[in-house]
Amino acid sequence: MSLILSLLLLQAAPHAMPGEATVDPYVASNANAGATPFTGDAMARAFHGQEGIGRVVDGMVTRAYADPVIGEIFTSHDKIRLKRTLVEQFCYILNAGCSYSGRDMASSHKDLGVQRKDMNRLVELLQQAMREEKIDFQAQNRFLSKLAPMHHDVVGQ
Amino acid sequence: MTRFSFFALAALTLALPAGQAMAKPLRNGGKLLLTNGISSLEGAAGGGLTPWAVIAGNETDEGFGLSAHGTIVEVKDYDYQSAGVAIGIRDRLELSYTHQDFNTNEIGAALGLGKDYAFSQDIVGAKLRVAGDLVYDALPAIALGVQYKKNGQGDVVRALGARDDEGVDYYASVSRLFLSRSILLSATARLTKANQMGLLGFGGDKNGDYGVEFEGSAAWQLSRGLAIGGEFRSKPNNLGIAREDDWFDAFAALSLSRHLTATVAYADLGSIATVKGQRGVFLSLQAAF
Repeated sequence: MSLILSLLLLQAAPHAMPGEATVDPYVASNANAGATPFTGDAMARAFHGQEGIGRVVDGMVTRAYADPVIGEIFTSHDKIRLKRTLVEQFCYILNAGCSYSGRDMASSHKDLGVQRKDMNRLVELLQQAMREEKIDFQAQNRFLSKLAPMHHDVVGQ
Repeated sequence: MTRFSFFALAALTLALPAGQAMAKPLRNGGKLLLTNGISSLEGAAGGGLTPWAVIAGNETDEGFGLSAHGTIVEVKDYDYQSAGVAIGIRDRLELSYTHQDFNTNEIGAALGLGKDYAFSQDIVGAKLRVAGDLVYDALPAIALGVQYKKNGQGDVVRALGARDDEGVDYYASVSRLFLSRSILLSATARLTKANQMGLLGFGGDKNGDYGVEFEGSAAWQLSRGLAIGGEFRSKPNNLGIAREDDWFDAFAALSLSRHLTATVAYADLGSIATVKGQRGVFLSLQAAF
Protein backbone atom coordinates (compact mmCIF):
# COMPACT_ATOMS: atom_id res chain seq x y z
CA MET A 1 0.00 0.00 0.00
CA SER A 2 2.75 2.44 0.92
CA LEU A 3 4.51 1.45 -2.29
CA ILE A 4 1.49 2.49 -4.34
CA LEU A 5 1.21 5.74 -2.38
CA SER A 6 4.84 6.60 -2.94
CA LEU A 7 4.46 5.74 -6.62
CA LEU A 8 1.47 8.07 -6.80
CA LEU A 9 3.51 10.82 -5.22
CA LEU A 10 6.45 10.19 -7.51
CA GLN A 11 4.29 10.29 -10.62
CA ALA A 12 3.48 13.96 -10.61
CA ALA A 13 1.45 13.85 -13.86
CA PRO A 14 -2.16 14.75 -13.05
CA HIS A 15 -4.97 12.38 -13.99
CA ALA A 16 -6.84 15.17 -15.65
CA MET A 17 -5.53 18.54 -16.79
CA PRO A 18 -7.52 21.77 -16.37
CA GLY A 19 -10.35 21.80 -18.87
CA GLU A 20 -10.64 18.00 -18.89
CA ALA A 21 -13.29 15.81 -17.32
CA THR A 22 -12.21 13.97 -14.18
CA VAL A 23 -11.16 10.33 -14.34
CA ASP A 24 -10.79 7.68 -11.65
CA PRO A 25 -7.29 7.76 -10.15
CA TYR A 26 -4.65 5.49 -11.66
CA VAL A 27 -0.87 5.14 -11.59
CA ALA A 28 0.63 6.92 -14.57
CA SER A 29 3.40 5.02 -16.33
CA ASN A 30 4.94 4.84 -19.78
CA ALA A 31 4.10 1.12 -19.66
CA ASN A 32 0.45 2.18 -20.07
CA ALA A 33 1.27 3.30 -23.63
CA GLY A 34 1.04 -0.36 -24.67
CA ALA A 35 4.15 -0.45 -26.86
CA THR A 36 7.89 -0.07 -26.53
CA PRO A 37 9.19 3.09 -28.18
CA PHE A 38 11.33 3.16 -31.32
CA THR A 39 15.02 3.78 -30.78
CA GLY A 40 16.82 6.64 -32.50
CA ASP A 41 15.15 9.71 -33.96
CA ALA A 42 14.29 8.43 -37.47
CA MET A 43 10.62 7.87 -36.67
CA ALA A 44 10.25 11.16 -34.82
CA ARG A 45 11.71 12.94 -37.84
CA ALA A 46 9.48 10.94 -40.24
CA PHE A 47 6.48 12.30 -38.29
CA HIS A 48 7.83 15.87 -38.33
CA GLY A 49 8.48 15.96 -34.61
CA GLN A 50 6.00 16.84 -31.88
CA GLU A 51 4.27 19.41 -34.11
CA GLY A 52 3.66 16.85 -36.85
CA ILE A 53 2.42 14.30 -34.30
CA GLY A 54 0.04 16.96 -32.96
CA ARG A 55 -1.37 17.55 -36.45
CA VAL A 56 -1.75 13.78 -37.08
CA VAL A 57 -3.64 13.27 -33.81
CA ASP A 58 -5.78 16.33 -34.48
CA GLY A 59 -6.59 15.07 -37.98
CA MET A 60 -7.45 11.59 -36.74
CA VAL A 61 -9.54 12.66 -33.74
CA THR A 62 -11.47 15.28 -35.72
CA ARG A 63 -12.29 12.65 -38.34
CA ALA A 64 -13.18 10.05 -35.70
CA TYR A 65 -15.75 12.29 -33.95
CA ALA A 66 -17.39 13.09 -37.31
CA ASP A 67 -17.22 9.54 -38.69
CA PRO A 68 -20.51 7.77 -39.54
CA VAL A 69 -19.07 4.36 -38.53
CA ILE A 70 -17.24 5.09 -35.27
CA GLY A 71 -18.34 8.64 -34.38
CA GLU A 72 -20.83 7.49 -31.77
CA ILE A 73 -18.13 5.62 -29.84
CA PHE A 74 -16.31 8.93 -29.38
CA THR A 75 -19.15 11.44 -28.83
CA SER A 76 -19.45 10.85 -25.08
CA HIS A 77 -15.68 11.15 -24.64
CA ASP A 78 -13.63 14.12 -23.50
CA LYS A 79 -12.05 15.21 -26.79
CA ILE A 80 -9.51 17.52 -25.13
CA ARG A 81 -8.14 14.80 -22.86
CA LEU A 82 -8.20 12.22 -25.67
CA LYS A 83 -6.14 14.46 -27.94
CA ARG A 84 -3.64 15.23 -25.18
CA THR A 85 -3.12 11.59 -24.16
CA LEU A 86 -2.98 10.39 -27.79
CA VAL A 87 -0.32 12.97 -28.60
CA GLU A 88 1.64 11.79 -25.54
CA GLN A 89 1.21 8.13 -26.52
CA PHE A 90 2.19 8.61 -30.18
CA CYS A 91 5.06 10.93 -29.20
CA TYR A 92 6.33 8.43 -26.60
CA ILE A 93 6.17 5.45 -29.03
CA LEU A 94 7.79 7.47 -31.84
CA ASN A 95 10.56 8.47 -29.40
CA ALA A 96 9.88 12.15 -29.98
CA GLY A 97 10.53 13.23 -26.41
CA CYS A 98 7.33 12.69 -24.37
CA SER A 99 6.12 10.65 -21.43
CA TYR A 100 2.69 9.00 -21.45
CA SER A 101 0.42 9.99 -18.58
CA GLY A 102 -2.80 8.31 -19.75
CA ARG A 103 -4.43 5.05 -18.76
CA ASP A 104 -3.53 1.65 -20.18
CA MET A 105 -5.35 0.42 -23.30
CA ALA A 106 -7.54 -2.13 -21.53
CA SER A 107 -8.89 0.40 -18.96
CA SER A 108 -9.30 3.23 -21.45
CA HIS A 109 -11.34 1.02 -23.83
CA LYS A 110 -13.35 -0.82 -21.17
CA ASP A 111 -17.06 -1.17 -22.00
CA LEU A 112 -16.73 0.79 -25.26
CA GLY A 113 -17.89 -2.25 -27.23
CA VAL A 114 -15.25 -1.69 -29.92
CA GLN A 115 -15.43 -4.28 -32.73
CA ARG A 116 -12.84 -5.23 -35.35
CA LYS A 117 -14.58 -3.09 -37.97
CA ASP A 118 -14.29 -0.05 -35.65
CA MET A 119 -10.59 -0.69 -35.04
CA ASN A 120 -9.98 -1.00 -38.81
CA ARG A 121 -11.92 2.21 -39.39
CA LEU A 122 -9.78 4.10 -36.87
CA VAL A 123 -6.66 2.72 -38.61
CA GLU A 124 -7.99 4.15 -41.89
CA LEU A 125 -8.65 7.56 -40.32
CA LEU A 126 -5.14 7.53 -38.86
CA GLN A 127 -3.80 6.64 -42.32
CA GLN A 128 -5.73 9.58 -43.80
CA ALA A 129 -4.27 11.92 -41.18
CA MET A 130 -0.74 10.59 -41.75
CA ARG A 131 -1.20 10.95 -45.51
CA GLU A 132 -2.35 14.54 -45.02
CA GLU A 133 0.84 15.17 -43.00
CA LYS A 134 2.77 13.59 -45.95
CA ILE A 135 4.42 10.97 -43.80
CA ASP A 136 6.40 8.35 -45.72
CA PHE A 137 4.24 5.25 -46.28
CA GLN A 138 6.83 2.80 -44.95
CA ALA A 139 7.13 4.89 -41.76
CA GLN A 140 3.31 4.89 -41.47
CA ASN A 141 3.29 1.08 -41.50
CA ARG A 142 6.21 0.88 -39.07
CA PHE A 143 4.18 2.99 -36.64
CA LEU A 144 1.04 0.90 -37.23
CA SER A 145 3.05 -2.24 -36.43
CA LYS A 146 3.47 -0.84 -32.88
CA LEU A 147 -0.26 -0.16 -32.54
CA ALA A 148 -1.57 -3.40 -34.11
CA PRO A 149 -0.91 -5.70 -31.10
CA MET A 150 -3.04 -3.34 -28.94
CA HIS A 151 -6.17 -4.73 -30.61
CA HIS A 152 -6.27 -7.44 -27.92
CA ASP A 153 -6.94 -4.74 -25.31
CA VAL A 154 -9.17 -2.59 -27.54
CA VAL A 155 -11.52 -4.95 -29.41
CA GLY A 156 -14.26 -6.84 -27.57
CA GLN A 157 -13.78 -5.09 -24.19
CA MET B 1 -14.05 -40.85 -52.00
CA THR B 2 -13.80 -37.50 -53.71
CA ARG B 3 -17.28 -36.08 -53.81
CA PHE B 4 -18.42 -37.49 -50.50
CA SER B 5 -15.41 -36.40 -48.48
CA PHE B 6 -15.49 -32.90 -49.97
CA PHE B 7 -19.08 -32.24 -49.00
CA ALA B 8 -18.53 -33.81 -45.60
CA LEU B 9 -15.62 -31.46 -44.95
CA ALA B 10 -17.52 -28.45 -46.30
CA ALA B 11 -20.42 -29.27 -43.99
CA LEU B 12 -18.02 -29.64 -41.09
CA THR B 13 -16.33 -26.30 -41.72
CA LEU B 14 -19.73 -24.60 -42.02
CA ALA B 15 -20.83 -25.99 -38.68
CA LEU B 16 -17.79 -24.66 -36.80
CA PRO B 17 -18.35 -20.89 -36.97
CA ALA B 18 -22.14 -21.10 -36.91
CA GLY B 19 -22.36 -21.18 -33.13
CA GLN B 20 -20.29 -18.14 -32.31
CA ALA B 21 -21.47 -14.61 -31.68
CA MET B 22 -24.87 -15.13 -33.24
CA ALA B 23 -26.51 -12.81 -30.72
CA LYS B 24 -24.87 -9.67 -32.14
CA PRO B 25 -26.32 -7.98 -35.22
CA LEU B 26 -24.33 -8.42 -38.43
CA ARG B 27 -22.05 -5.61 -39.57
CA ASN B 28 -20.72 -6.12 -43.08
CA GLY B 29 -17.60 -4.56 -44.60
CA GLY B 30 -14.70 -3.12 -42.66
CA LYS B 31 -11.69 -5.20 -43.69
CA LEU B 32 -8.43 -3.28 -44.19
CA LEU B 33 -7.72 -2.43 -47.82
CA LEU B 34 -6.06 -5.21 -49.88
CA THR B 35 -6.06 -7.63 -46.92
CA ASN B 36 -8.66 -9.81 -48.65
CA GLY B 37 -6.08 -10.55 -51.36
CA ILE B 38 -7.19 -11.14 -54.92
CA SER B 39 -8.86 -14.19 -56.47
CA SER B 40 -6.40 -16.92 -57.39
CA LEU B 41 -6.84 -18.94 -60.60
CA GLU B 42 -8.81 -21.61 -58.74
CA GLY B 43 -11.04 -19.08 -56.96
CA ALA B 44 -9.59 -19.01 -53.45
CA ALA B 45 -8.71 -15.58 -52.04
CA GLY B 46 -4.95 -15.06 -52.14
CA GLY B 47 -2.40 -14.18 -54.73
CA GLY B 48 -2.88 -14.92 -58.42
CA LEU B 49 -1.38 -18.41 -58.49
CA THR B 50 -1.88 -19.58 -54.93
CA PRO B 51 -4.28 -19.24 -52.00
CA TRP B 52 -3.47 -17.17 -48.93
CA ALA B 53 -4.80 -17.81 -45.42
CA VAL B 54 -7.22 -14.90 -45.83
CA ILE B 55 -10.97 -15.04 -46.38
CA ALA B 56 -12.71 -13.57 -49.44
CA GLY B 57 -14.83 -10.42 -49.12
CA ASN B 58 -14.54 -7.23 -47.12
CA GLU B 59 -16.21 -8.50 -43.96
CA THR B 60 -14.69 -8.72 -40.50
CA ASP B 61 -15.64 -11.29 -37.86
CA GLU B 62 -18.98 -9.48 -37.45
CA GLY B 63 -20.31 -9.90 -40.98
CA PHE B 64 -20.60 -11.54 -44.38
CA GLY B 65 -18.61 -10.63 -47.46
CA LEU B 66 -18.78 -11.28 -51.18
CA SER B 67 -16.34 -11.20 -54.05
CA ALA B 68 -16.49 -11.78 -57.79
CA HIS B 69 -13.65 -11.91 -60.25
CA GLY B 70 -12.70 -12.29 -63.87
CA THR B 71 -9.21 -13.32 -64.97
CA ILE B 72 -7.54 -13.70 -68.34
CA VAL B 73 -4.12 -15.17 -69.02
CA GLU B 74 -2.56 -14.75 -72.46
CA VAL B 75 0.57 -16.87 -72.86
CA LYS B 76 2.50 -17.61 -76.05
CA ASP B 77 0.24 -20.31 -77.50
CA TYR B 78 -2.83 -20.38 -75.28
CA ASP B 79 -5.67 -18.24 -73.95
CA TYR B 80 -7.18 -18.77 -70.51
CA GLN B 81 -10.20 -17.17 -68.88
CA SER B 82 -11.83 -17.78 -65.54
CA ALA B 83 -14.63 -16.20 -63.61
CA GLY B 84 -15.95 -16.92 -60.17
CA VAL B 85 -17.66 -15.84 -57.00
CA ALA B 86 -16.86 -16.33 -53.34
CA ILE B 87 -18.58 -15.61 -50.07
CA GLY B 88 -16.79 -14.93 -46.81
CA ILE B 89 -18.52 -15.75 -43.55
CA ARG B 90 -17.32 -13.82 -40.50
CA ASP B 91 -13.78 -13.62 -41.92
CA ARG B 92 -13.58 -17.29 -40.97
CA LEU B 93 -15.02 -19.47 -43.74
CA GLU B 94 -14.81 -18.97 -47.49
CA LEU B 95 -16.90 -20.78 -50.11
CA SER B 96 -16.06 -20.28 -53.76
CA TYR B 97 -17.08 -21.35 -57.24
CA THR B 98 -14.96 -20.77 -60.35
CA HIS B 99 -15.29 -21.77 -63.99
CA GLN B 100 -12.12 -22.02 -66.09
CA ASP B 101 -11.73 -22.11 -69.88
CA PHE B 102 -8.44 -22.97 -71.53
CA ASN B 103 -8.25 -22.49 -75.30
CA THR B 104 -5.54 -24.39 -77.19
CA ASN B 105 -5.73 -22.19 -80.33
CA GLU B 106 -3.40 -23.56 -83.06
CA ILE B 107 -1.92 -26.18 -80.72
CA GLY B 108 -5.31 -27.92 -80.63
CA ALA B 109 -4.90 -28.82 -84.30
CA ALA B 110 -1.34 -30.07 -83.73
CA LEU B 111 -2.60 -32.31 -80.90
CA GLY B 112 -5.32 -33.71 -83.16
CA LEU B 113 -8.07 -32.09 -81.07
CA GLY B 114 -8.95 -29.45 -83.62
CA LYS B 115 -8.05 -25.76 -83.81
CA ASP B 116 -9.37 -23.73 -80.88
CA TYR B 117 -10.17 -26.85 -78.88
CA ALA B 118 -10.95 -25.69 -75.33
CA PHE B 119 -10.68 -27.46 -72.02
CA SER B 120 -12.94 -26.32 -69.19
CA GLN B 121 -13.24 -26.99 -65.51
CA ASP B 122 -15.53 -26.17 -62.60
CA ILE B 123 -14.06 -25.72 -59.13
CA VAL B 124 -15.91 -25.55 -55.84
CA GLY B 125 -13.71 -24.49 -52.95
CA ALA B 126 -13.94 -24.13 -49.19
CA LYS B 127 -11.36 -22.56 -46.92
CA LEU B 128 -11.40 -22.25 -43.13
CA ARG B 129 -9.11 -19.88 -41.25
CA VAL B 130 -8.32 -22.07 -38.26
CA ALA B 131 -6.04 -19.74 -36.28
CA GLY B 132 -4.17 -16.46 -36.20
CA ASP B 133 -4.60 -13.28 -38.17
CA LEU B 134 -2.92 -11.68 -41.19
CA VAL B 135 -2.26 -8.39 -39.39
CA TYR B 136 -3.15 -8.24 -35.70
CA ASP B 137 -2.32 -11.45 -33.85
CA ALA B 138 1.08 -12.70 -32.77
CA LEU B 139 0.18 -15.85 -34.72
CA PRO B 140 0.08 -15.57 -38.54
CA ALA B 141 -3.15 -16.49 -40.31
CA ILE B 142 -3.41 -20.25 -40.81
CA ALA B 143 -6.04 -21.79 -43.08
CA LEU B 144 -7.04 -25.20 -44.40
CA GLY B 145 -8.77 -25.58 -47.74
CA VAL B 146 -10.28 -28.03 -50.20
CA GLN B 147 -11.00 -27.65 -53.90
CA TYR B 148 -13.26 -30.07 -55.72
CA LYS B 149 -12.50 -29.92 -59.44
CA LYS B 150 -14.54 -31.38 -62.28
CA ASN B 151 -13.03 -31.34 -65.76
CA GLY B 152 -15.46 -30.89 -68.65
CA GLN B 153 -13.58 -33.03 -71.19
CA GLY B 154 -13.32 -36.43 -69.48
CA ASP B 155 -12.82 -38.51 -72.63
CA VAL B 156 -10.09 -36.26 -73.99
CA VAL B 157 -8.10 -35.95 -70.75
CA ARG B 158 -8.22 -39.73 -70.37
CA ALA B 159 -6.97 -40.09 -73.95
CA LEU B 160 -4.07 -37.81 -72.99
CA GLY B 161 -3.20 -40.23 -70.19
CA ALA B 162 -5.03 -38.80 -67.19
CA ARG B 163 -6.62 -41.31 -64.85
CA ASP B 164 -9.63 -39.26 -63.85
CA ASP B 165 -11.70 -36.22 -64.85
CA GLU B 166 -12.36 -35.10 -61.28
CA GLY B 167 -10.27 -34.64 -58.19
CA VAL B 168 -9.91 -32.94 -54.85
CA ASP B 169 -6.99 -30.77 -53.76
CA TYR B 170 -6.27 -30.27 -50.06
CA TYR B 171 -4.11 -27.38 -48.91
CA ALA B 172 -2.79 -25.57 -45.86
CA SER B 173 -1.72 -21.92 -46.01
CA VAL B 174 0.16 -19.65 -43.62
CA SER B 175 0.12 -15.90 -44.33
CA ARG B 176 1.45 -12.85 -42.55
CA LEU B 177 1.60 -9.12 -43.25
CA PHE B 178 4.74 -7.78 -41.55
CA LEU B 179 3.60 -4.17 -41.08
CA SER B 180 6.99 -3.01 -39.80
CA ARG B 181 8.44 -3.89 -43.23
CA SER B 182 5.23 -3.53 -45.34
CA ILE B 183 5.85 -7.08 -46.55
CA LEU B 184 3.40 -9.94 -46.90
CA LEU B 185 4.65 -13.50 -46.99
CA SER B 186 2.49 -16.53 -47.66
CA ALA B 187 3.25 -20.22 -48.03
CA THR B 188 0.98 -23.07 -49.05
CA ALA B 189 1.40 -26.84 -49.15
CA ARG B 190 -1.01 -28.64 -51.46
CA LEU B 191 -1.93 -32.31 -51.84
CA THR B 192 -3.01 -32.78 -55.45
CA LYS B 193 -3.25 -35.14 -58.40
CA ALA B 194 -4.24 -32.37 -60.82
CA ASN B 195 -2.48 -31.88 -64.16
CA GLN B 196 -2.29 -28.15 -65.00
CA MET B 197 -4.71 -27.41 -62.10
CA GLY B 198 -6.98 -30.19 -63.45
CA LEU B 199 -7.53 -28.71 -66.92
CA LEU B 200 -5.66 -31.79 -68.22
CA GLY B 201 -7.32 -34.16 -65.76
CA PHE B 202 -6.05 -35.89 -62.64
CA GLY B 203 -3.25 -38.42 -62.24
CA GLY B 204 -1.52 -39.95 -65.22
CA ASP B 205 0.55 -42.72 -66.71
CA LYS B 206 3.66 -41.57 -64.82
CA ASN B 207 1.97 -41.14 -61.44
CA GLY B 208 -1.54 -41.63 -60.14
CA ASP B 209 -1.09 -40.77 -56.47
CA TYR B 210 -1.34 -37.62 -54.45
CA GLY B 211 1.84 -35.56 -54.27
CA VAL B 212 2.77 -32.59 -52.09
CA GLU B 213 3.38 -29.31 -53.92
CA PHE B 214 4.65 -26.02 -52.46
CA GLU B 215 3.46 -22.54 -53.30
CA GLY B 216 4.49 -19.12 -52.08
CA SER B 217 3.87 -15.39 -52.46
CA ALA B 218 5.89 -12.38 -51.39
CA ALA B 219 4.43 -8.89 -51.72
CA TRP B 220 5.69 -5.43 -50.85
CA GLN B 221 3.13 -2.71 -50.18
CA LEU B 222 4.41 0.48 -51.82
CA SER B 223 1.47 2.68 -50.91
CA ARG B 224 -1.93 2.25 -49.33
CA GLY B 225 -3.44 0.92 -52.55
CA LEU B 226 -0.50 -0.64 -54.40
CA ALA B 227 1.44 -3.84 -53.81
CA ILE B 228 4.01 -5.56 -56.01
CA GLY B 229 5.44 -9.02 -55.62
CA GLY B 230 6.23 -12.44 -56.96
CA GLU B 231 4.87 -15.94 -56.70
CA PHE B 232 5.98 -19.52 -57.11
CA ARG B 233 4.00 -22.72 -57.48
CA SER B 234 5.50 -26.17 -57.83
CA LYS B 235 3.57 -28.61 -59.98
CA PRO B 236 3.18 -32.37 -60.33
CA ASN B 237 4.37 -34.09 -63.50
CA ASN B 238 2.00 -37.00 -64.06
CA LEU B 239 1.50 -37.12 -67.83
CA GLY B 240 4.05 -38.86 -70.04
CA ILE B 241 3.18 -36.89 -73.17
CA ALA B 242 2.89 -33.44 -71.61
CA ARG B 243 5.65 -32.32 -69.25
CA GLU B 244 4.52 -29.87 -66.57
CA ASP B 245 6.74 -27.13 -65.12
CA ASP B 246 6.70 -25.02 -61.96
CA TRP B 247 4.99 -21.64 -62.25
CA PHE B 248 6.34 -18.16 -61.51
CA ASP B 249 4.91 -14.68 -61.72
CA ALA B 250 5.71 -11.07 -60.91
CA PHE B 251 2.64 -8.95 -60.15
CA ALA B 252 1.31 -5.53 -59.29
CA ALA B 253 -2.04 -5.26 -57.49
CA LEU B 254 -3.79 -1.91 -57.41
CA SER B 255 -6.80 -1.00 -55.31
CA LEU B 256 -8.92 1.10 -57.70
CA SER B 257 -11.50 1.78 -54.99
CA ARG B 258 -12.63 0.20 -51.75
CA HIS B 259 -14.40 -2.48 -53.80
CA LEU B 260 -12.25 -2.95 -56.91
CA THR B 261 -8.78 -4.47 -57.20
CA ALA B 262 -6.94 -4.80 -60.51
CA THR B 263 -3.95 -7.10 -60.87
CA VAL B 264 -1.49 -7.37 -63.71
CA ALA B 265 1.27 -9.97 -63.76
CA TYR B 266 3.93 -11.40 -65.98
CA ALA B 267 3.65 -15.18 -65.70
CA ASP B 268 6.02 -17.97 -66.69
CA LEU B 269 3.97 -21.16 -66.85
CA GLY B 270 6.65 -23.30 -68.50
CA SER B 271 5.57 -26.22 -70.64
CA ILE B 272 1.82 -26.73 -71.11
CA ALA B 273 0.18 -29.52 -73.14
CA THR B 274 3.41 -30.42 -74.99
CA VAL B 275 4.50 -26.86 -75.84
CA LYS B 276 7.20 -25.24 -73.73
CA GLY B 277 7.98 -21.60 -72.99
CA GLN B 278 4.47 -20.47 -72.10
CA ARG B 279 5.05 -16.94 -70.82
CA GLY B 280 2.67 -14.04 -70.93
CA VAL B 281 0.34 -11.66 -69.20
CA PHE B 282 -2.10 -12.29 -66.35
CA LEU B 283 -4.89 -9.74 -65.86
CA SER B 284 -7.50 -9.94 -63.14
CA LEU B 285 -10.24 -7.72 -61.83
CA GLN B 286 -11.93 -8.35 -58.49
CA ALA B 287 -14.95 -6.72 -56.93
CA ALA B 288 -15.37 -7.28 -53.20
CA PHE B 289 -18.01 -6.20 -50.70
